[in-house]
Amino acid sequence: MKTYLHELRYQQLVFWRSREAAVFIFIFPLLLFLLLGSVYTGKIYGVPAPEALLAALLGYGCANTAFAGLAIQLVVRRESGILKRLRSTPLSAATYIAALLTSTLIVFALQVTALFVLGRLFHHTPFPSALGSLVLAIVIGAAVFAAIGVATASLIRSAEGSSAVVNFILLPSAFLTGAFGPTEHYPRFLRAIGDVLPLKYFVDIVNAVYLQKHAIWTKGAALGVLVAWGATALVVAAFKFRWEPREA
Amino acid sequence: MTAISVRGLRKAYGGLEAVRGIDFEIERGEVFGLLGPNGAGKTTTVEILEGYRKRDAGEVTVLGHDPERPGREFREQIGVVLQQSDLWPTLTVREAHRVFAGYYKQPRDVDEVIELVGLSDKQDARIKTLSGGQKRRLDLGVALIGDPELVFLDEPTTGFDPAARRAAWEMIRSLRSLGKTVLLTTHYLDEAEQLADRVAVLREGVIASIGTPRELTTADHEVEIRYHRNGEEVLLRTSEPTRVLHELTSEAMARGEELERLEVRRPSLEDVYLTLVSENAEE
Repeated sequence: MKTYLHELRYQQLVFWRSREAAVFIFIFPLLLFLLLGSVYTGKIYGVPAPEALLAALLGYGCANTAFAGLAIQLVVRRESGILKRLRSTPLSAATYIAALLTSTLIVFALQVTALFVLGRLFHHTPFPSALGSLVLAIVIGAAVFAAIGVATASLIRSAEGSSAVVNFILLPSAFLTGAFGPTEHYPRFLRAIGDVLPLKYFVDIVNAVYLQKHAIWTKGAALGVLVAWGATALVVAAFKFRWEPREA
Repeated sequence: MTAISVRGLRKAYGGLEAVRGIDFEIERGEVFGLLGPNGAGKTTTVEILEGYRKRDAGEVTVLGHDPERPGREFREQIGVVLQQSDLWPTLTVREAHRVFAGYYKQPRDVDEVIELVGLSDKQDARIKTLSGGQKRRLDLGVALIGDPELVFLDEPTTGFDPAARRAAWEMIRSLRSLGKTVLLTTHYLDEAEQLADRVAVLREGVIASIGTPRELTTADHEVEIRYHRNGEEVLLRTSEPTRVLHELTSEAMARGEELERLEVRRPSLEDVYLTLVSENAEE
């Protein structure tokens, strides 16, 4: 437990100390929300546009932080030899991974808090009423996307290509699943692609909990799809994850 | 007491046999050098002993543990400097030492270790601003922070300028005076000669020769006698230098001649090493 807290503390220090990570992972979704919130007006899904955008960008933030950010950080640490070096210390793999996941969750939770505060200040969005359901959704979403992030990191070969590969997955996913705004007007085949992606189900859950003020268990099917994605990713990660850089 | 015992160690990658049956023992407190050209199997051997790789065959004991099942206790007692690894570029030297200190039950004092590796005036510098030599000293510092019994140094001075190498050698000597066991790999002969109590020369996955640097240079090797006669160099190689030299000098004295520029030379470790690693053609 002591080692876990020690590692968590330094995971946080390393994250915030890296300006690129802090800006790309933490600030970017917030900026996007403020920006889109001032262009979209009227109603989306029957609620004021900024509310719907807040929910959508909360979904994007989750994928951006837990999937993209985590995958890139892991690949860079693996390829630079940090992970290999840590393996020869008494720090256990389980403690390291637990601290890394907690650290990611902390970043995402702070981001969600910042989203609601900024929304309130600039776009008059309400704070969430189904708070318990929202917290649960955030934890489940972060866990599922973190699993996908670890699995993706295991499949990426080089640090140089990691950011390109990850964004090639993330940005189209965000467009197709409603994380950058509604997709009803999209062609049917684009929506069909979006329908198999996990981000769509996470955005659906956040919409239900924040916009419709429903409890999380009203979205059982969506939860099921998310968990299935998470479980598949865990299997891939368990078989493919490596601590050592690719031999030059 | 034996720190490391290796018997019949083998390891292949695909069809390539990197290590083809090697045996050696390292005593506690000893500085042992694994010397050999690139691709001789040094890093493979060390990484098996560190617990990174599984062996194909052989018996290996490191501080009483089988490194194939490296538990916490094993990792508490070893310090590792990898051939290549970076640490978090945005942390400072002191922070990196603190991170590692937190992993061990009884770490050494962070200031003391930073002082020992000569980074006191860089302790608040970000790692990304360090020179190559300073990064290597940082690697050594975090390897020593857990106060290990056994320190693995995989090519610790590759790419150093001469001054930085001298400084690194001093640090490695200080490990011996702390009573640590050190396993050092290097492809620099002078490094092995300067630092190691004993040296094993690896060639194509087997040990070509093993012993103290002195034993390696005396065993089965001829002494060279050189002198000049009529401006031409004469070179004699002999395993009986006393007799040959006696005859040579008696004859010269009988003729009333001086043996110009007379020199008796034992082969350096470099000569021995080059002989050993070039013997593969004879196989």
